Amino acid sequence: MMDWINFTPLQSLLGGLLIGLATAFLWLLNGRIAGISGITAGTFISFGPERLWRLAFVLGLILSSWVWLLFVPLPEVQVTGNYWLLAIAGLLVGFGARLGSGCTSGHGICGLSRLSGRSLVATVTFMTVAVVTVFVMRHVV
Amino acid sequence: MRQHWFLSASAFVCGLLFGLGLLLAGMANPAKVLGFLDIAGLWDPSLALVMVGGIVVAFIAFTLSKKMPHSLLQAKFNWPEATAVTSPLLIGSTLFGLGWGLVGLCPGPALVLAGSGALEGLMFVVFMLIGFRLADLVQARLS
Repeated sequence: MMDWINFTPLQSLLGGLLIGLATAFLWLLNGRIAGISGITAGTFISFGPERLWRLAFVLGLILSSWVWLLFVPLPEVQVTGNYWLLAIAGLLVGFGARLGSGCTSGHGICGLSRLSGRSLVATVTFMTVAVVTVFVMRHVV
Repeated sequence: MRQHWFLSASAFVCGLLFGLGLLLAGMANPAKVLGFLDIAGLWDPSLALVMVGGIVVAFIAFTLSKKMPHSLLQAKFNWPEATAVTSPLLIGSTLFGLGWGLVGLCPGPALVLAGSGALEGLMFVVFMLIGFRLADLVQARLS
């Protein structure tokens, strides 16, 4: 059944367009793929200018909520307060994204728009597993 | 030398735009992400539109760049060369999907949340960074 109350087609489409613009600019200006896990992990293992632009990108991401706050209050955020779950999920997301060479941005946005078959396989895999995980957590356990 | 500062300034603006996009789209709210992944419950399809919006714009950029010798800031285009579907790709994506489905956070939104000062976001990011490191160690061992 559709959740019409929480459905935000306009904001989500506009947000997606902004994400697309950020991806497009990073490619057209810097010649680099906007994959968040690769960029973030790269801040620890790359050197010189390759490290500098990555740090700058991550800093922009980290500061975005403060820039948002200059204009409007932050949107509602609901996240589990279970620190065990957050730690385990964080580990899995970090380990999995790195081992799988990408996450929702690198494979899901960049890879699919580059028509990469490898990224399509990765995206279908993590989407399916995530859907099954939510199903088990909400409807089975 | 000056080029590095231009590249970093541009990357900073891109990171900022990316984060604002995540916030506007609702991706920074894990409850909304879980609502999208919960196709058997009350399904909120909003995040499919995030994908559509992002992919359409990015597709145009990747297509445009095919006729360009280098990027607008004179950098080389780092087109990912890997095409093979490997077991690390499949295992990694599976573990990533599991973690994503558990709390509804992926790396971008987690960094935005941590940046806003939310303790849950910080906690997640710390363990995500440990996960990155562990994966690098495992891959160094394997190769």
